[in-house]
Amino acid sequence: MRTLKTVAFIGLFLISGFAGATALSSYTFEDKAEEQAFRELSAKIRCLVCQNQSLADSDAELANDLRREVYALWKEQKSEDEIVDFLVSRYGDFVLYDPPFKPSTYILWFGPFILLIIGVYVLSRALKSKTEADEAELTEEEQQRLKTLLSDTNNNQEPSK
Amino acid sequence: MSNETPTPTPSRTRYLIPLFVFLIMAGFLLKGLFMDPRHIPSVLINKPAPEFNLPTLYNPGKTVNTESMKGKIWILNVWASWCVACRAEHQVLNTIADMGIVDIIGLDYKDEAADGKRWLQQLGNPYKEVLVDKSGRTGIDFGVYGVPESFLIDAKGMIRHKFTGPINYPDIKEVLIPKLNEIKGAIK
Repeated sequence: MRTLKTVAFIGLFLISGFAGATALSSYTFEDKAEEQAFRELSAKIRCLVCQNQSLADSDAELANDLRREVYALWKEQKSEDEIVDFLVSRYGDFVLYDPPFKPSTYILWFGPFILLIIGVYVLSRALKSKTEADEAELTEEEQQRLKTLLSDTNNNQEPSK
Repeated sequence: MSNETPTPTPSRTRYLIPLFVFLIMAGFLLKGLFMDPRHIPSVLINKPAPEFNLPTLYNPGKTVNTESMKGKIWILNVWASWCVACRAEHQVLNTIADMGIVDIIGLDYKDEAADGKRWLQQLGNPYKEVLVDKSGRTGIDFGVYGVPESFLIDAKGMIRHKFTGPINYPDIKEVLIPKLNEIKGAIK
């Protein structure tokens, strides 16, 4: 059990990265579970200075300050929603990696599915028309033309097209 | 020769669809090239300015708070002596102060008082008052994520515009003056 825990912890440590480990190391937690929960929360928050880093990973000055604020709220037993609201009311939705579900973000959430539906429709239509064309019987006129073409080929003459 | 193909030819415009899709995508990507990812729209526009209560740079005993600024149209300019872009902006702030169109209150953000004072001595002081935010806590309340940033605040204490990054000379004419007219017009 102990080894399993160690392995799991090393795995998480590797995933979260060394920067995260150093950035959060100055904070104290009751236990590993609390630390893990705090780490998960700060991984959801974007550092606004270095935008591709989360609050857990960034060493930017602002990230440091925001981490301190988040930690203070956390220690006041504020819920995750309250902490997120605190940040969003100041920095906007951009501070979150996961965009919230609301009218201005509908295109983000539904866009891929709409494209998928359009794609499936176009594909099915293309396939259907292809099979229809394959199965279509030749008309009298076409039979006649086919015959002429074949006989032309037999006479070593290139078909006109 | 007389009849080309037995199957009906699909209309030629069908082949243009991928081209249109490509052009639309290219259009979005092209626009993306000219957008600044560092420019994040503020959620505080048309909302009351956050509460603050800060000491002033030249008289640490005196504090200025949100309430004491009510009734005035003013700019809160967040700057710091360690901020490179602020140096360029400072000349523009001096110009705005000389024009006398709006009061500018400085917010010396996460700075040493001595450095801030030296900066103002060297470059001139366009500020009606300079507030000190040593911890950066007020900066967080204003959603500051990089200096310089400036907030145009109306007499009711509402934030009406945010300049992210340095204010430049064209901004005075193109943004600041129209915004000021809009605010003053609403009061009448």
